[in-house]
Amino acid sequence: MPQNTGERQSVLLNGLFEEAHMAEPPSPLWEVFIRPRNGLAHRHVGSLHAHDAEMALQAARDVYTRRGETLSIWVVPSSAVIASDPGEKDMMFEPTATKIYRHPTFYEVPDEVGHM
Amino acid sequence: MYAQSLNAKDLTPVAAEDATKLAVFQARIDAEEKIEPNDWMPEQYRRTLIRQISQHAHSEVIGMQPEGNWVTRAPTLKRKAQLIAKIQDEAGHGLYLYSAAETLGVSREELYEQLLSGRAKYSSIFNYATLNYADMGAVGWLVDGAAIMNQIPLCRCSYGPYARAMILICKEESFHQRQGYDIMLAMCRGTPEQRAMAQDALNRFWWPSLMMFGPHDSNSTHSELSLRWKIKRFSNDGLRQKFLDATVPQAHYLGLSIPDPDLRLNGATGHWEHGPIDWDEFARVLAGDGPCNRQRMKHRRQSEADGSWVREAAADYAAKHRRAAERAA
Repeated sequence: MPQNTGERQSVLLNGLFEEAHMAEPPSPLWEVFIRPRNGLAHRHVGSLHAHDAEMALQAARDVYTRRGETLSIWVVPSSAVIASDPGEKDMMFEPTATKIYRHPTFYEVPDEVGHM
Repeated sequence: MYAQSLNAKDLTPVAAEDATKLAVFQARIDAEEKIEPNDWMPEQYRRTLIRQISQHAHSEVIGMQPEGNWVTRAPTLKRKAQLIAKIQDEAGHGLYLYSAAETLGVSREELYEQLLSGRAKYSSIFNYATLNYADMGAVGWLVDGAAIMNQIPLCRCSYGPYARAMILICKEESFHQRQGYDIMLAMCRGTPEQRAMAQDALNRFWWPSLMMFGPHDSNSTHSELSLRWKIKRFSNDGLRQKFLDATVPQAHYLGLSIPDPDLRLNGATGHWEHGPIDWDEFARVLAGDGPCNRQRMKHRRQSEADGSWVREAAADYAAKHRRAAERAA
């Protein structure tokens, strides 16, 4: 809300906006993924607001694909994304850091054997 | 379009930060790591970014108006189509940026409210009138040119979502500058009247474009912290210098003269130097007393009000379908 009288007055004079604005529920947030061409995975490009899936898809086309760089769009409600906690990343991903034998470079192949 | 010049002093007190967390945070920044939405960040970092990104978004949205003024009167179908494409890009840029700001925990509605109530600022440049069609050339060439100077380093901003939005924006923005210069070229190769229109547009947009980079470094309130946190990469004066060096030769190629009697090439440094900037004018326009501030805000509020029935209908339609789906289940 505007804080001082001067600002408040200017809002009321233009009154239109306040009434319209306060009554409106915020629209849901969607995450947008696009596939630039076949053979590539869909990639996250950003997010947008829309009331339903169909409008989200149309808005995603208008907002994120104005230069024809897309073959396919996914939109997913942001609330449906389950994310790992960055604060727990050490515990979460520790197993990969200590298992060096998962990498090919851990194993030595004699020079005589050649490329493997 | 951008909002670096708008960084006014934030007087709200910030609680002291945990020194250890702050040191870890600074080390990540120094190591060029990106900060992502769920990472710990100092409150001041979050606030600075919310202010800068949302004001940048507001600038894109308000920035559609000076150009919207000429859509119906652009001279050819080609020029109309180009102008519409550019305006649509600006709407898109506003939306990318609002999304980036939202990742910092502020709602879109809150940001709109700040703009519409006049509490949030947007770039001073959009409060100047576009009086003749050559202004579409000057805006694209100078205003978008100045914006690009600022936006390219922002692609490396330490905050991930902002940096990614800026990469998308920069890819599209270079079309804006080139179509602006294309208009100036056509005008300057045209009739004496057209040349005069081009010169008139340059005369009116030159100084406001230089002001877009914000106050001199010695008077810039947020610069030091923003540089340390890599929210910005170059100082206001540094960017202004780059813009000047790039733009003066482009004006000369057009055969136009720059409205600055003190403008000179410093032989020793190889840089162009400009005369004094009227900072009183800058302060006045930013404070709401520029040529078009009231008109811009009135138009924006009207447009928000006019669109409310569409948003309401969309929300009701979505709710109706949700209810139908629930009944069927």
